[in-house]
Amino acid sequence: MGGYFSAVISIAFHGTAFAMVLYLVSVGLSVTMGLMGFVNLAHGVFAAAGGYVMTTLLNDYNVPFPAAVVLAAIAVGLASIVLERTLYRRFYGGAELDQVLMTIGLIFMSIAVAKYIWGPSQQPMQPPSYLSGHFDIAGRDFPTYRSFIIAAGAVVVTVLWLGLDRTRLGAKIRAAVDNRRMAQSVGINTSGLFSFTFALGTGLAALGGALGAEILPIFPGYSLDHLIYFLIVVAVGGLGTIRGPFFAAMLLGISDTAFKYLLPEFGSFFIYALTLVVLLWRPKGLFGQTGRA
Amino acid sequence: MTDASQRETLLARKLAAAPPAPSSPAVLALSRRHRFRPLEALPWIAAAFGFFAFPDYLSLGAQVFITILFALSADLIIGYTGIVTLGQAAFFGTGAYTCGILAAHGWTEPLSLLIFGTAAGALVGFLSGFVVLRTQGLTQLMLTLIVAIMLQEGANKATDLTGGANGLQGMEIAPILGLFNFDLFGRVAYLYCLAILFLGWLALRMIVHSPFGRSLTGIRESEARMHAIGSPVFRRRLLAYTISAAVAGAAGVLLAETTQVVALDALGFDRSGGVLIMLIIGGVGRLYGAFVGVPLYMIAQDRLAQQDPIYWYFWIGLFLLLIVLFARGGVLGLIDKLRRRWVR
Repeated sequence: MGGYFSAVISIAFHGTAFAMVLYLVSVGLSVTMGLMGFVNLAHGVFAAAGGYVMTTLLNDYNVPFPAAVVLAAIAVGLASIVLERTLYRRFYGGAELDQVLMTIGLIFMSIAVAKYIWGPSQQPMQPPSYLSGHFDIAGRDFPTYRSFIIAAGAVVVTVLWLGLDRTRLGAKIRAAVDNRRMAQSVGINTSGLFSFTFALGTGLAALGGALGAEILPIFPGYSLDHLIYFLIVVAVGGLGTIRGPFFAAMLLGISDTAFKYLLPEFGSFFIYALTLVVLLWRPKGLFGQTGRA
Repeated sequence: MTDASQRETLLARKLAAAPPAPSSPAVLALSRRHRFRPLEALPWIAAAFGFFAFPDYLSLGAQVFITILFALSADLIIGYTGIVTLGQAAFFGTGAYTCGILAAHGWTEPLSLLIFGTAAGALVGFLSGFVVLRTQGLTQLMLTLIVAIMLQEGANKATDLTGGANGLQGMEIAPILGLFNFDLFGRVAYLYCLAILFLGWLALRMIVHSPFGRSLTGIRESEARMHAIGSPVFRRRLLAYTISAAVAGAAGVLLAETTQVVALDALGFDRSGGVLIMLIIGGVGRLYGAFVGVPLYMIAQDRLAQQDPIYWYFWIGLFLLLIVLFARGGVLGLIDKLRRRWVR
């Protein structure tokens, strides 16, 4: 009985940490999809970029950990504005096939560039000494770094939800998701809004990639190998919401951890089957609200 | 979507506005659009020429034919029906594994294996279509991807049946019709794959020019209007998806029969993504895009990728970007544009 209980705790703990990383990386994709109707398969590239920037700052320049994480998120967010203005913008409202091919092209190029600069192996990721090791609650060991990921994720989620619900900017974004043309005609600068949300989404992805480098290791194929997980979070959560992906990420993170712990001989098979069943039941996702899919 | 279909749409609109005499150029153009043109013989003449001119490359040639057939299957749903898929390899792999598993258990007759593999591909397409086609956009894309990944994971874990990561080995294929044994030089494989490709092409050509095929294009251009005129959109899509899966399954069987080994990459993302890239290089939604894009891509890959896979990915990525930015119709689209400029 004790072992059973401890397995449940362990799955819930590691699953939640995984879910936080998944959420941080994927939430931007959901918003870009809802706001611009853009299928950005290359979203994971920004997460990988965040991880690469952070590990480089940590390992080669001895930048302190918190500064490295924040710098990575800001750098990637700013760089993505350039991409959005020069490249992504041309494909808004265009054919889905073009968006898919364009972003696959970006993924391929990013893989080659990452291999060229950082080599084919995983980036070493050492949490700072004050976040490594374990700590003890009620006679049970918890890895400090993963607890930190959960806490940091919870803070970001809260700020994000409050920001979208309570601020003027958040209201504008919600208006543009619901009806872009109407938002435009009441004087909202949707073009600027697109750039801002895109940068916010990629910045959050970079944050997720950087913080999660210990759970999802940073290597050149990162954006392609984990693409399916990011897409599941967005599709199951429902497009254009920021709450939906959170619950979807929790569901995915915890059930994936549970399946891999309890039925390792089946790998990820059940996660995929579960996703199929959920989307057969609710094609627009669990929390899909907007009319368009 | 393509220049050709845009022209056709314009033509149809003009016709609807003022019905012209039966002998007008517009009516003739529409009524003759399904007839064979001399240019269509070109790929087959080139293939026959290749058989005699490049005896050392017949195995590569057979692979090219298989991939063209696979790309044709993808063109039916991507180009003609407007369903973007990242999981076409699911059906290819189903066909390949069906053939491989049966052959490893003693059923070695190639033509019946082809039929079984095609049927298995169709079945998987039909079943997964029920989930995939109920959704749209990003969700649909994710589901096409997930079906392929799920099958790959299944094949990876069911090692007793599939050999898992080591691939399925020890299969034997009997001579075709009891007469033609697959030889080392790939002569039989070349001609066999060419023959099946020809049949597949003929069938797909008939389908896209049939009323059913025209309704698929209608769904691609405007789903709402097709609903409005009472077209059963979901059923049409599902049928197209199933046919496409069947053809992809046939291509998978051909690969298994000619190489006599099936590995996990038959279901992999590289195959699904690669076929998309080859189609866009040649031109989507025109049946001949596959005949141009596949050889270009495969020859380039044969020459470049082995030397340096890193740069290969970079250049193919950049090339994709340039194509979607500046040459949306692919090579055939460019040729069309040039021809129109010259004719005028």
